Amino acid sequence: MGLYTYNSESIPKTDRIGRLVDHLFAKLPEIESARAVLITESYRQTENEPMIIRRAKAFEHILKNIPIIIRDEELIVGSTTIAPRGCQTYPEFSYEWLEAEFETVETRSADPFYISEKTKQDLREVHKYWKGKTTSELATSYMAPEAIRAIDHNIFTPGNYFYNGVGHVTVQYDKVLKVGYEGIIAEAEEELAKCSVGDGDYVKKSHFLEAVIISCRAAITYAERYARLAKEEAEKCGDAQRKAELLAIAENCAHVPAKGARSFYEACQSFWFVQQLLQIESSGHSISPGRFDQYMYPYYKKDLDSGRLKREFAQELMDCIWVKLNDLNKCRDAASAEGFAGYSLFQNLIAGGQNKDGIDVTNDLSFMCIQASMHVMLPQPSFSVRVWNGSPHEFLIKAAELTRTGVGLPAYYNDEVIIPSLVSRGLTLAEAREYNIIGCVEPQKAGMTEGWHDAAFFNMCRPLELVFSNGADRGEQISIKTGDVEQMSTFEEFYDAYKAQMNYNISLLVNADNAIDVAHAERCPLPYLSCMVDDCIRRGKSVQEGGAVYNFTGPQGFGVANMADSLYAVKTLVYDEKKVSMADYKEALLTNYGKGLDATTISEMTVQIAEGLKRAGKTVGEKEIEVILKSIKAASETPEIKAKGEKLLELIEAVPKFGNDIPEVDAFARDVAYTYTRPMETFKNPRGGIYQAGLYPVSANVPLGAQTGATPDGRLARTPVADGVSPSAGKDVNGPTAAANSVSRLDHYIASNGTLFNQKFHPSALSGRTGLENFVALIRSYFDQKGSHMQFNVVSRETLLDAQKHPEQYKHLVVRVAGYSALFTTLSRSLQDDIINRTEQGL
Amino acid sequence: MDYMKTKGRIFDIQRFSIHDGKGIRTIVFLKGCVLRCRWCCNPESQEYDIQTMMVQGKPKIIGEDITVREVMETVEKDRPYYRRSGGGLTLSGGESLCQPDFARALLRAAKEMGINTAMESMGCAPYEVIESILPHLDQYLMDIKHMNPEKHKEFTGRSNELMIENAKKIADSGMTNLVIRVPVIPGFNDRTDEIEAIAKYASQLRGVTKMHLLPYHRLGQDKYDGLGREYLMRDVLPPSMEYMKKLKAAAVRVSGLDCQIGG
Repeated sequence: MGLYTYNSESIPKTDRIGRLVDHLFAKLPEIESARAVLITESYRQTENEPMIIRRAKAFEHILKNIPIIIRDEELIVGSTTIAPRGCQTYPEFSYEWLEAEFETVETRSADPFYISEKTKQDLREVHKYWKGKTTSELATSYMAPEAIRAIDHNIFTPGNYFYNGVGHVTVQYDKVLKVGYEGIIAEAEEELAKCSVGDGDYVKKSHFLEAVIISCRAAITYAERYARLAKEEAEKCGDAQRKAELLAIAENCAHVPAKGARSFYEACQSFWFVQQLLQIESSGHSISPGRFDQYMYPYYKKDLDSGRLKREFAQELMDCIWVKLNDLNKCRDAASAEGFAGYSLFQNLIAGGQNKDGIDVTNDLSFMCIQASMHVMLPQPSFSVRVWNGSPHEFLIKAAELTRTGVGLPAYYNDEVIIPSLVSRGLTLAEAREYNIIGCVEPQKAGMTEGWHDAAFFNMCRPLELVFSNGADRGEQISIKTGDVEQMSTFEEFYDAYKAQMNYNISLLVNADNAIDVAHAERCPLPYLSCMVDDCIRRGKSVQEGGAVYNFTGPQGFGVANMADSLYAVKTLVYDEKKVSMADYKEALLTNYGKGLDATTISEMTVQIAEGLKRAGKTVGEKEIEVILKSIKAASETPEIKAKGEKLLELIEAVPKFGNDIPEVDAFARDVAYTYTRPMETFKNPRGGIYQAGLYPVSANVPLGAQTGATPDGRLARTPVADGVSPSAGKDVNGPTAAANSVSRLDHYIASNGTLFNQKFHPSALSGRTGLENFVALIRSYFDQKGSHMQFNVVSRETLLDAQKHPEQYKHLVVRVAGYSALFTTLSRSLQDDIINRTEQGL
Repeated sequence: MDYMKTKGRIFDIQRFSIHDGKGIRTIVFLKGCVLRCRWCCNPESQEYDIQTMMVQGKPKIIGEDITVREVMETVEKDRPYYRRSGGGLTLSGGESLCQPDFARALLRAAKEMGINTAMESMGCAPYEVIESILPHLDQYLMDIKHMNPEKHKEFTGRSNELMIENAKKIADSGMTNLVIRVPVIPGFNDRTDEIEAIAKYASQLRGVTKMHLLPYHRLGQDKYDGLGREYLMRDVLPPSMEYMKKLKAAAVRVSGLDCQIGG
């Protein structure tokens, strides 16, 4: 054995990969109707059968009939749509938004999709069937009225699973690679044989197992269709090389995923069918491949040792998979598209890290994963690397080289925080050591967990607004009354009011999530996905019904930095230094610091004043309302208000901010984060698991910031709130080490659903070997201090500005947006501006 | 521990500096300089007196009197980064040697706390002053701007004999790792023969193996406006990377030194 146990030598990219990428991005992605039509046909034929059986039969019907295609030069096959990067629709979860957006979906700013008139017609037709039958409709009927009201008032949004499937899982790819679906069918049959019709759980269990068998057979049938297609195309093919490739594809598809993989190539094809079919069964995103370098390694090693496989070909196959991961797509409603911008499916694939015994298992494939991301330069997979004290230095240097390309990958994760954090949630040490990341930043153990990560966005700024309004919003009492803010005589009293508003609204979030959870279990249990998650088969339950070993719900809070800075500013200016009265602060927030009010705010204030007048016994009619409206606008922009606002902003500016390595402020921020993370731990979900908080916003900090009034940290109304656990944009002025020190002072262990720390670098900071060394040292040092996650945008401001001007020249430009990589030009203008305006570190 | 109370005058502390010495470093900029280089990118460093400079339309006080202890509180904050990267404290200016007691005390404090030290300096001070600092200095990043005394004087306001001589004494002392840095300024020292002359001299210095060629940049231009001074180099363009590579090749050819472009 040499110095290392791995071969890290780079392998060049083949021309094929470049052409596959170009083909994929040649056109605007398209919505297709095949799946929606097929599932509706199937549902119409299975009325009154058990739901789990209906789901399996629908899956089978889709896989037997959905059009299939082998794209030019592909080595790994399986496409969900005929159009490259197209998407199917999933009316069983929700459909109204799509029909409402038929005419705008092609022209909207975030993630546009082409949709043909024929498709619109097909979908309109099938949608008639789904009225009253979707998970979203059932979820609404389960929700408490006050939870629905809180959603309407943008305190939090559980839109992700409300409109779509859940996804957010890593299944047992290793199991399919090893025994194939025939093996899983055998396992289910064996379990079925053990059941007796008299068993208490027989009804549910037998149907579930039957559904598993139907689903697995459907997957095998689908692969066989590809085997036939490849053979047919081979027969017609005049090019000898391509003919041979097609025949190899045919042979692969005839064997996997029905049986265990016999070669690395078969393992790649088998992996792909699992990955693709999970996303035909349900519309959930963040179906994460996880530790690809680990479960694929035995097949690679065996073929390499026996001389059957060249590393070059292994790399090309992996590159093909990387391309395919970008072939899958999903159309979201316009609002969600803003929040998850960039056509992203968050298929998180992670390399490096430890095995169950705590030994580093970085291998050849770990390096080849990095290489694949360099070759394709695309946002999928959401590529991550695990870092711990035992990580090989060369591995991190190679990862840093990928960072330097500006593709926004990889994200770096700290084993030293995540492993104990998972253990604190009940995983064994061995399980925790094998964690991987779901979606953006959410850690869990593959094949055992239904984590419901990403369960909602909770805007931590809104409860503070409710403190100032005594629980009212837009003139309506939507939350508890915590008293007149001007009468609060100590900071403790004020802070307690904030905590009370947080606690109440968190309980509403839990109500909404649990309602959606139950709706998924009743209307969309997923037998195919469940057969690859322990202990579903043994328990005879789908993951949606609590079949997984570990069950969590992980809604994420965001705006930690805004709340830390806000509460600290109020504490300093109102209570400690008494430079500002609470009345003046309140007025400044209501008038957006004299910087002008938007229509929403004006109407909200009008209602409040009208109610006040009514309480005082005055009559308020249309005419009075108009007068109030006008006078508010005038009053909010008087020279006096403007001057006061300006003065207060100056005072706020001088108050120390989170992100500048000031221990007192950072300790304060840590406590503020607890107002979200600690109450969350006390709640339970319907699958028998607990809630665990995450602190990250994906990119929702921009659209949801637009629904948030001015905050006491000097943030103006409707502007973005802080991203993840990162300091507020532009407020960290002492450079990246100071920001990292501050962020590391938050408690990352308790936010076991993940935290997200973004830094932006100019490429010059990473130039040369020295630049890479310093960059790796920066990551290691942040991780030494127990930060959990770090990601980077390495791109120049000029490049981004130019991309805004000439989007056509930057079709491939990828940036890291809060937890995943996205194509910059597909992001909405406001999000683009936000990325450009983030402090550029390291210049 | 009296040296911890030594006071000096600085105008900035910059963390996460990665172009001035090994690893991730914290640079402390001392105020006051003996030279008046026309291209100086930190014109606010030149006067020892505390000044007001307009920054983005607002007046900013430049210069702060501070104790070694206070400086070290900031330096200490990035210790985890120094450990992982081999970085530490770098003194810059101005010319740190204009405040010898303060510079010495800062370097001493860092060394006693186990932090690596470096200093960017022209070596423009009596050698006894430099000698008293060397025991606390791991790396001396020494500027040599030109070998010709007249031209040196014309562009920096002072002749170069003292500095050239000090370079030799510092090298001969063997007490620090000496690196020679050359700011490459168009119209001043960017001819191949000028760079070659410096490289040759550097290669004759005992123990010197490295030379940095720092291309001229205009990032300090706004500061001249902010100080109400005229920027004399307004029309000078930075050298192209291609040209820098040519100079580097020439320097390597005559000196055999390990040359790099940039710090």
